[in-house]
Amino acid sequence: MIERKDVEHVARLTRLALTEAELERMREQLNSILAHLDTLRAVDTEGVPPTSHAVDVVNVMREDEVEPCLSQDAMLANAPDRSGEFFRVPRIIEE
Amino acid sequence: MTAPGPYDVVIGLEVHAQLLTRSKMFCGCPTTFGARPNSQTCPVCQGMPGVLPVVNRRAVEFGIRTALALGCRVNEACRFARKHYYYPDMPKNYQISQYEEPLAEDGVLEIDIDGGPRAIGIQRLHLEEDVGKLLHEGTLETAQASLVDFNRSGVPLMETVSRPELRSPEEAAAYLRAFRAVVVFLGVCDGNMEEGSLRCDANVSLRPRGSARLGTKVEIKNLNSFRNVQRALEFEVRRQAQALDAGERIVQETRLWEADRAYTRSMRSKEYAHDYRYFPEPDLVPLQIDRRWVEEIRTGLPELPRAWRRRVVAQYGLPPYDAEVLTQSRALADYYEAALREWEPAAAAAGDRPKMVSNWIMSELLRVLPGDDERAIQRSPIPPRHLAGLLRLIEDGTISGKIAKDVFQKMFASGEAAPTIVGREGLTQVADEAALSQIIASVMAANPKAIEDFKRGRTAAAKALVGQVMKATGGKANPALVNRLLEDKLSQT
Amino acid sequence: MHRPIHELTDAYRRGDLTPTAVAETYLARIDALDGRVGAYLTVVREQALAAARESELRWRAGAPLGPLDGAPVALKDVLCTVGVRTTCGSKMLESFVPPYDATTVERLRAAGAVILGKTNMDEFAMGSSTEHSAFHPTRNPWDLTRVPGGSSGGSAAAVAGALAAGAFGSDTGGSIRQPAAFCGVVGLKPTYGRVSRYGLIALASSLDQIGPFAQDVTDAALLLGAVAGHDRRDSTSIQAPVPDYSAELRKGIAGLTLGLPDEYFIDGMDPDVERAVRGAIEVLKGLGARVERVSLPTTKHSLAAYYVILPAEASSNLARYDGVKFGLRVPGRDLVEMESRTRAVGFGAEVKRRIMLGTYALSAGYYDAYYGKAQSVRTLVRREFAAAFARVDLIVAPTTPNVAFKHGEKEDPLSMYLNDVFTIPGNLAGIPGISVPCGFGATGLPIGLQLLGRPLDEARVLRAAYAYEQATSWRSRRPDLA
Repeated sequence: MIERKDVEHVARLTRLALTEAELERMREQLNSILAHLDTLRAVDTEGVPPTSHAVDVVNVMREDEVEPCLSQDAMLANAPDRSGEFFRVPRIIEE
Repeated sequence: MTAPGPYDVVIGLEVHAQLLTRSKMFCGCPTTFGARPNSQTCPVCQGMPGVLPVVNRRAVEFGIRTALALGCRVNEACRFARKHYYYPDMPKNYQISQYEEPLAEDGVLEIDIDGGPRAIGIQRLHLEEDVGKLLHEGTLETAQASLVDFNRSGVPLMETVSRPELRSPEEAAAYLRAFRAVVVFLGVCDGNMEEGSLRCDANVSLRPRGSARLGTKVEIKNLNSFRNVQRALEFEVRRQAQALDAGERIVQETRLWEADRAYTRSMRSKEYAHDYRYFPEPDLVPLQIDRRWVEEIRTGLPELPRAWRRRVVAQYGLPPYDAEVLTQSRALADYYEAALREWEPAAAAAGDRPKMVSNWIMSELLRVLPGDDERAIQRSPIPPRHLAGLLRLIEDGTISGKIAKDVFQKMFASGEAAPTIVGREGLTQVADEAALSQIIASVMAANPKAIEDFKRGRTAAAKALVGQVMKATGGKANPALVNRLLEDKLSQT
Repeated sequence: MHRPIHELTDAYRRGDLTPTAVAETYLARIDALDGRVGAYLTVVREQALAAARESELRWRAGAPLGPLDGAPVALKDVLCTVGVRTTCGSKMLESFVPPYDATTVERLRAAGAVILGKTNMDEFAMGSSTEHSAFHPTRNPWDLTRVPGGSSGGSAAAVAGALAAGAFGSDTGGSIRQPAAFCGVVGLKPTYGRVSRYGLIALASSLDQIGPFAQDVTDAALLLGAVAGHDRRDSTSIQAPVPDYSAELRKGIAGLTLGLPDEYFIDGMDPDVERAVRGAIEVLKGLGARVERVSLPTTKHSLAAYYVILPAEASSNLARYDGVKFGLRVPGRDLVEMESRTRAVGFGAEVKRRIMLGTYALSAGYYDAYYGKAQSVRTLVRREFAAAFARVDLIVAPTTPNVAFKHGEKEDPLSMYLNDVFTIPGNLAGIPGISVPCGFGATGLPIGLQLLGRPLDEARVLRAAYAYEQATSWRSRRPDLA
């Protein structure tokens, strides 16, 4: 069962500002989905390793070679707040 | 330093080393320092939508090299994992790192401290990507905004975690120095703490003396020099001891070392701050580290600092202190041996030569070049064979030691060999007894008072006479000879 | 003029049609009709015409780049296109203009394809109806009151509604196959790793694949062939060489064994769908295939496993959308406030729900119970398919349990998720799958037949689909949009 405080905690972890109403609705919806997902517990996976890749590839690496970068302008073009050569962000409060 | 009070100190160090690859960990952007902001980035290292990482083989090679040098077990298979947290210097808001299956584990680093050598356990070594740089308009506390530069984002980092086996701030500093020497010697990192290519966080706890249970550990960050590591840890140990003495509980937290104010302050991190939600990186496939590759790398390992020092002390009879100074960088150690071999091909503890080379490097070369800067030493205007050439001229009496120092400076400025400079400027030492005797005689004749003073027991007067002789010869008289001849003459008067 | 790409290029060769005329026709049709269908988010008229003109020059010189030269295609707005905004159906990326092309897009350009525009989709590919686009819903050309399926609804509708000759989408849990079934077109999801994901805005990294929508199987083979193959920018991309899919198409299916999974005919599925699919199986038997029962017992847990894995990976992939470097930014007094508000405004309800679910599933204490468990269940699903493929060459099943539903009909998230119950297992296992039209329901809406194959066995999947298609004439029926 997800409690209200769990929902708030997760919302903070993932940087989502939810309204009171949204938090409550989210709690209900998550609980109902989780109830469905809890059916997984019934599956016997003793000794069954997890699949993290659906493809049997290993050892993909690249040589240590420099490749052309994109220009400063190209990389900053989508910046919501560009300050000269930098991305600008609002003040960071150490919590 | 022992902890104030009846406590044992327990310290563990996490060291992050930026690897000297040409390109970044997961993309082909260059890793060079000091470029214009956001000019060494691409969609991958900026975490744009749709991009994917690809592992840099050389970073893995450097990791294996370091792991082997530290006696670690290189794992048969390793994986990358995502480590999630929000900070604007981290483009994807997760860092690609390693978690449950790191590159290597279970190594050891030997350190030398007052009490003797100690072996400090290394728990694990893994690879990850560096984050960008934040600049604050003002200080972090007062800034209304911050600026982000992603040039550094994606640079390969190698993280090494020691076991909590360091027992004092001194040992911690010694560990860091020894670690730095290893990675610099291996050529995998330039060990520059000021530029941030080597970074260190510490975990410190205290426990009642003799107790087996670990106390609450505090993480200390922002240790950006060897000195600060020691100072910060000393402060923190004192702080914790005082708190415990007063019956307080130590809070598990992260504290920042404020070098200017010489204290650690709490970063009031909330309880959930460290839920990194690790899971295996789905965009990267596992690495099965080929054993033959590991053995190839092992065969290519250079002699490491400690081994070099032991050998050099045994082989050439150098004092341990000298060996320590000379292993600031591999280039410096190589320089030493090259110069010595140039002079003494047999290169054994033959007389004074090993020590003379060492002295000249330590007192003269290191005055004009930074010993821990690989490139600077490699590009020294005085190559090892030139130094050897200079020392030969001193040994065979062609020039005096004092003149040699001048010649050294000229060699440094011009890149020329010693004989060229000595020949051109006529700096050859005057060692002709007859000529010197004459000069001494005339100096003595011109300074009767000095002779009087000397006879009355003021030995300083003799020095003045020597000075006069040196002046008369333009500094080129062989000092030992002058002293002997003057002594003879003075004793005859 | 709406005909399959392979017929268009035949016409180009003969000089009966030109790429520019064809492009103009499609663009005009989009202008006239897309207001009602809503397939497109962005149309790149000038770019398309320029590409068409260049294609025309090549055809005139007798030097076409290949079988796609001059083919007008649409791309799901989940694929990055340089200089052309790529929204992923979300307000978060409404103004995002990528500085680079996805590999698939590069390869299409190199093949001479004429890109008409970017198509609508459920936001960040989360959905099965294209009702969750932040911009507008897409409507099914067969019945504008109904959904085209999702999340690649725009691409499916474009091909079905003759607003593009072919299209590309992405499939994470059925997002190509399901809309293909709903819209009566061919939709293919390749083996995981067969097509590069570089430039595909990620949803669930271990499940996503890019694939084509086509008017017929021949086109599907051509479109797949142009984009498949190893890409050194995608570490999960497979090295194995790409066969000539077209060459194998006509081999027929005599002697092939098809597996019919017990678990894919469920209570509550639309009886029309069941009837059409069983009818299709009879046709396949008539063409010489043997049909056997297979059992894939873990199928019933696939939905749950998927709805743990997907949100977990998606919550991670979407963490980067924070208003710092690109996309939407909603102001805040400090960084955390800015990020939290940006994400609250930029993401729709379904996206937020899945992000929350995924973050929870990965958080301290829950990893083993959810993500770890789901990935193990996934291993069981893979093993069951592998065991089945030891006995059969292909698995045949319905693509969806029902036909296209009405807009607004499935408000409850869970009931929406059930749309993907037959397609999800293929993603969990990473195997290739195709949906081909196999009939119509009582309401006149299309029904899809799904064929699943062994990893990297797209050639056989296409061949069986082709054989079925050629033995039937479903593709000659088209929606009447005008």
